[in-house]
Amino acid sequence: MAVGKEIRTKIGSIKNTQKITSAMEMVAASKMRKAQDRMEATKPYAEKIRSVIGHLAMGNTEYRHPYIIEREVKRVGFIVVSTDRGLCGGLNTNLFKNALQSMKDWQDKEVEIDLCLIGSKAGAFFNRFGGNVVAKTTNLGDQPTVADLIGTVKVMLDSFDEGRIDRLYLVHNEFVNTMTQEPRVHQLLPVEKQEEDELKHHWDYIYEPDAKELLDVLLVRYIESQVYQGVVDNIACEQASRMVAMKAATDNAGDIIDDLQLIYNKARQAAITQEISEIIGGAAAV
Amino acid sequence: MYTFHLDIVSAEKSIFSGTVDSLVATGELGELGIVPGHAPLLTKLKPGTVKVTDHDGNVEHYYVSGGMLEVQPHVTTILADTAARADDVDEAAAIAAKEAAEAAMADQNSEIEYSAAAAELAEAVAQLRTIQAIRKKAGK
Repeated sequence: MAVGKEIRTKIGSIKNTQKITSAMEMVAASKMRKAQDRMEATKPYAEKIRSVIGHLAMGNTEYRHPYIIEREVKRVGFIVVSTDRGLCGGLNTNLFKNALQSMKDWQDKEVEIDLCLIGSKAGAFFNRFGGNVVAKTTNLGDQPTVADLIGTVKVMLDSFDEGRIDRLYLVHNEFVNTMTQEPRVHQLLPVEKQEEDELKHHWDYIYEPDAKELLDVLLVRYIESQVYQGVVDNIACEQASRMVAMKAATDNAGDIIDDLQLIYNKARQAAITQEISEIIGGAAAV
Repeated sequence: MYTFHLDIVSAEKSIFSGTVDSLVATGELGELGIVPGHAPLLTKLKPGTVKVTDHDGNVEHYYVSGGMLEVQPHVTTILADTAARADDVDEAAAIAAKEAAEAAMADQNSEIEYSAAAAELAEAVAQLRTIQAIRKKAGK
């Protein structure tokens, strides 16, 4: 029957889309679990390194590392971590909004901004929006390594060393749970001091070669691990967000299919009724 | 019964965690053997193997590409680097990141996103349709 051919094609194409979105949902769910594991695995390193730095800073009060000293802010650096791929709901948009908000706060104080972008979505956004991009890394994949990030982080650390920037922030999404991902702006440099009473031991380390040199290396590793953690966190967020977005898309597709099916059935019914009444009318006329 | 707890962690994962009898690693100033009761120590490690002997005398080897060794009274931690680190390698990575940024800034059109392009196309098609509709009306 010729009735409702367009509707049937439409239903078919929506069903195809639904298949794709539900497949993407399942893929995102399994990737999210892996990303969460990876997120957990990065924690011990950051905790350990933090406690060692705390200890070192306590034990060597005469040596003030530039990364610890607060200085007057003339220019700030932002490391913005975004996803490489889209279709993950409002994740990136929310993050950029948050980043722009805190950038605006600085700009109001007439402080200039340098950007360091991780992920191609950030690249595309700031290409349009404008901004002084000094470093960029894209296509990290699902399993980034610290080695992928060394370059971008070093650019920022170098400009901090040379005094081009006086503060460094990391902007990324924090994984709260599957339904909630929160954009965070987190200060990397100068390293914020934490008051920990438990660190006031009376013993001190033997240092080889010496404390200053060790502190230099440790602080760089610390910043790198923070950025790496941000990236891994962001990947977990991306997958969670994509899973939720794709679930919503699949549900919506189901609703549309139901509606279209109803319309199709009605049209078909109407056509049959009309045909019957025409036949009856015709028979009555004979 | 002299043992101590050892953690080998890298920024990406935890490599080893457990109670061990002794450990041998390559410090920057030479080989180091750590046995229970060692004085607190903090040192840089050179790339090399870490030899771990557990309580039953089993020996395990782990490769670390540099890092830090921290000895505390009851806990020893190795903060391992995940990649071989050298200043010139780091420098090269930094230059690559900078160049990527500069290339992106210079060539704004190279990275037109598929989704953005699709959205623009849809907009253009919609405009065309409107124009055609208006023309049709005017023609009649």
